[in-house]
Amino acid sequence: MTLSQRLATALREGVPIALATVIEGPGVGRHLLIDPHGDPEGSLGHPDLDRVVHRDGIAELEAGRSGVRTYGPEGQTTPEDLIDTPQVKVFVESWAPPPQMWIFGAVDFTAALARVAKVLGYRVIVCDAREIFATGRRFPMADEVRVSWPSPLFAERGGELGPRDAVCILTHDPKFDVPAVQGALATRAGYIGVMGSRTTHARRVERLAEAGITNVADLNRLMSPIGLDLGARTPEETAISICAEIIAARTGRGARSLRDGSGPIHP
Amino acid sequence: MRELLDDLERWQRSSTRVAIARVVDVEGSGPRGPGAAMAVSIDGEVVGSVSGGCVEGAVVTEALALLNGDREPGLVTFGYSDDEAFAVGLTCGGTIRLFIEEFNW
Repeated sequence: MTLSQRLATALREGVPIALATVIEGPGVGRHLLIDPHGDPEGSLGHPDLDRVVHRDGIAELEAGRSGVRTYGPEGQTTPEDLIDTPQVKVFVESWAPPPQMWIFGAVDFTAALARVAKVLGYRVIVCDAREIFATGRRFPMADEVRVSWPSPLFAERGGELGPRDAVCILTHDPKFDVPAVQGALATRAGYIGVMGSRTTHARRVERLAEAGITNVADLNRLMSPIGLDLGARTPEETAISICAEIIAARTGRGARSLRDGSGPIHP
Repeated sequence: MRELLDDLERWQRSSTRVAIARVVDVEGSGPRGPGAAMAVSIDGEVVGSVSGGCVEGAVVTEALALLNGDREPGLVTFGYSDDEAFAVGLTCGGTIRLFIEEFNW
């Protein structure tokens, strides 16, 4: 199997993989394939350079980042070591698995949110304990539909969630949303949104306190009422307002209209 | 690159030479980030895109030059920077750098 065939296989299977390419300096056009679960393949021209780029490539992959890095021909990275030596510019392109969105509650808003999340490239899991509502037929756009209480799903797979992932809790049912919030707070998920009016949220905070969740830092992670203030009414508009809030949370922007600002458009 | 796989493999099967161009760096406003890619076969067939359509024509020229031996694999800059001011720019005013190479690995 050639290097590109191995890359193609990984991309089709959706498993993490990175490709390092020398784009400037000695060895332009050389490649190193970085596989977190297998041996590297190819070479950038020196074993020490390969070793250092491999290490950096694994880190880039975990962060879901791609970009150009500068090394010496033998993998030097500190500025003093790069004086008086040709520089090797390496483009590390990483393909991380898609971020996940877990949606709790099989309601109308769920279908709309799942659709918009798919457009943004999320792997979507819909979870509801009620068998008649949590069906693949009602949510054909979801990658997985789970008939389950929140706690077992979090116990089994909560460890998968990281800063790029989102948990959206759309049930208004305290039986369901308290354990869902509890489960979500125990993960590293970057976004936790909980649907409900301000009154619902105030009551929920009381019930969370009864369940032992009183830590202010924990409660501050909850985006509730969920979504940006767009005046959204329909499930589809609400889905856009939730997804827009997720993007703004990631980029740290205030989500006003671009016309009303003056800085660079891209973060 | 994922979206180019089917075409790249089709070209490989028919032994058609092909160049790929990948965005490696964006400064300022640019429509597509690092990793956006396009491929150009020696017959002039094009798949993928690297911007909002501003520089694709110029990339095809560079890709064909590479396949015809008129240039080496390497970086191409589009937009406005101090040292390299290309005729083709991005309408959004940003600068993108692409790496062009033959897909034969």
